[in-house]
Amino acid sequence: MKRFALRSLTSILAPLFGLIGVAVLFAFLTGAPERYLSTANLRVVLAQTVIVAIGALGMTLIIISAGIDLSVGSAIALTSVITAVALREGFQPVLAIAMGILAGGLIGLVNGLAITALRVVPFIATLGMLGVARGLAKWVANQQTVNAPATWIHELAVTFPSKPWMLFAPGVWLTIALAVLMTLVLRNTVFGRRVFALGSNEAAARACGINTTRLKIRVYSIAGLFFGLAGVTQMSRLRQGDPTVAVGVELDIIAAVVIGGGSLNGGEGSIAGAMIGALVMSLLRNGCQQMGWPNYVQEIIIGVIIVVAVAADRYRAARAAEASA
Amino acid sequence: MKLPVASSQLPVPVRPGENARATGNGPLMTLRLHDITKRFGPTVALAGVSLEMNAGEVHALVGENGAGKSTLMNILSGLYRQDGGTIEFGGGRIAHIHQELALCPHLPVAENIFLGIEPKRRELFERAAALLHQFGRDIDPRKRTGDLSLADQQVVEICRALALDARVILMDEPTSSLQRANVERLFRLIHQLRERGITILYISHFLEEIREIADRYTVLRDGASVGSGALKDVSDAQLITMMVGRTLEPLGDSATRRLGDSLLSVNFPHASFDLHAGEIFGIAGLIGSGRTELVRAIFALDPHGRRFGYLSEDRKGEGLALQMSIADNVTMSRFETCSRGGWIDRAKQNRQTERVMQRLRVKASGPQAKVVWLSGGNQQKVAFGRLLHQDPDVLLLDEPARGIDIGSKADVAREITALAAAGKAILIVSSYLPELFALCDRIAVMTRGRLSEARPTSEWTPETVMQTAIGSAA
Repeated sequence: MKRFALRSLTSILAPLFGLIGVAVLFAFLTGAPERYLSTANLRVVLAQTVIVAIGALGMTLIIISAGIDLSVGSAIALTSVITAVALREGFQPVLAIAMGILAGGLIGLVNGLAITALRVVPFIATLGMLGVARGLAKWVANQQTVNAPATWIHELAVTFPSKPWMLFAPGVWLTIALAVLMTLVLRNTVFGRRVFALGSNEAAARACGINTTRLKIRVYSIAGLFFGLAGVTQMSRLRQGDPTVAVGVELDIIAAVVIGGGSLNGGEGSIAGAMIGALVMSLLRNGCQQMGWPNYVQEIIIGVIIVVAVAADRYRAARAAEASA
Repeated sequence: MKLPVASSQLPVPVRPGENARATGNGPLMTLRLHDITKRFGPTVALAGVSLEMNAGEVHALVGENGAGKSTLMNILSGLYRQDGGTIEFGGGRIAHIHQELALCPHLPVAENIFLGIEPKRRELFERAAALLHQFGRDIDPRKRTGDLSLADQQVVEICRALALDARVILMDEPTSSLQRANVERLFRLIHQLRERGITILYISHFLEEIREIADRYTVLRDGASVGSGALKDVSDAQLITMMVGRTLEPLGDSATRRLGDSLLSVNFPHASFDLHAGEIFGIAGLIGSGRTELVRAIFALDPHGRRFGYLSEDRKGEGLALQMSIADNVTMSRFETCSRGGWIDRAKQNRQTERVMQRLRVKASGPQAKVVWLSGGNQQKVAFGRLLHQDPDVLLLDEPARGIDIGSKADVAREITALAAAGKAILIVSSYLPELFALCDRIAVMTRGRLSEARPTSEWTPETVMQTAIGSAA
């Protein structure tokens, strides 16, 4: 049991070092470590991370199962619009949130059905959904942003929470709680182990009597719920539903999962790693902004980081494999 | 791991001036290993292997799985470097023919043969055809490699070794996926290679096969060479004792079992039989005769139920989740026995797994060790261990002893007999007739997709089984 915990720790060690490296680097570069590493700046970074981090919770599940979801950005836009419309139409905030989250789950369910019943590979099925959900978002929003009346939802992902004792936005705490929950689910539940089995060897999982069709539909649906929550958070940050928001966010989310040790071949990945991956990217962006570097520098650096992180992980895996051959 | 067919594409492992000396023992000595050691982290894979091979000799390397045979092969082919010891090599290339063939299935045969050493496009197919022709095979060099039978793919690998002008060819269980007729063809091919002065290091678990093809042998046990000499001077019993370091228990006696009620009634147009509680039912037949398809069809009768347990012949492809732990793999088909409300009780899961590991003598650091780290024989035991844990009424075992060593075979066979004695119905598909004859109450033979009438084992002989298997195909 102890060795098991230790082993899963070593697999997130590399991204953790990356995180510390980035933090130390920019603390130096900015010449003002006390400001860069201050609580205030940390609040900014974390508030910026929340949407990608919540998305990465769902994406980790999908990537471990050897799937992929390219429709996340569109799903976030659609669910943010739905939440805003619900609020505008006078629904209770709780109901509006539930509608946003469930809409995400529904998108995931459709993805899962397309992948299993229609036998379309996940890349293509979700590529199709990327277009469909974006179009639906624009339709529901009538091609313009939907202003949502002020409710406590707006507090969800604010940089500076109104109650100082909270330290960070409620959305940050929610993300941490969900990350802990998902870690336990993946590691210690029958569902979690079956998702790993599905990603590691689908044929073996089937031979074990596991209903892989149902399992895949569940994976995409549950991930969709997280994407719906990310959409609600998006709405909360902008204080409106914007059908053109979050274009390409799925790539940031996939990058977070992969930096954190997820393998697109399935069977590998961790929630802790994906959370660190999301943080690494936010810290980088924030550091570049503080340095006053132009946007394109950030883009180049983040692109390089993704490839280097995965290369480092493959190197580690190869060493481990050789050591056991 | 996708390696090029012949690892000889890598630099020849022994570079002059490093640890190789031109051998002074005349032209006959091709390869001499002295006290080779290799560690992987804390694991000692090779603890001192010495071996001498002469030009034009077929040298058998025998030993249980995990004894270090594959590591030694990988050192010879240049994939790993030894930590200690010396290799003297007369020069030339060493080609490695892997147990699981390593060809690019989408490429034409000719391109696979010359991958990495491509001649001009015009010559490609001509030269490939010339090589293929030498072995009396009419394989079309333009054909897609993946469309060839396994036996033909092996010929392609051997042609590739010849195209590389290899002096030594390493063959890792080349017959494990071949049927008998193709084994004989492979042996003729090996004879041809030997006549050309090519040295062959041959790994196999089949002693009768080694006696047929090899001149001399070296036995590995626990990473060290424990015996070497001419095969004519050693008995099978002596070899087995050297390999396992313990005497093997005899297999269970099928005569003492009592058959119970019929648990499974198979009624396909091409195959029908009843399977009884306490019965071991064997299906013989050539590879490609439809045996695997039959087992799959039976399993499909109850896809998500728990009544059937299925052991695939393809352990890596559809048996195990290699990146997961032994415990997860063993309990995968019945997580509910070690979980409550969907949450897995690790302590309970470990206890259950340890029991299975003890029964099958799985060698591993513990139930949480990843399956990918285990040797082939131990992986097969884990795949079989899952069925023990699942505890189904009907076990469908496709090549349960494929690619595993003698000691592991005995462990698996003992458990199969015990399961039958406990009232399970067991269906075994095997290419290895001694296994079927030792275990089964009844045997039926698959020929071209049709199953013969099932008869008690005592009414069959290996010869009649083979006749039936090839009968209508002739």
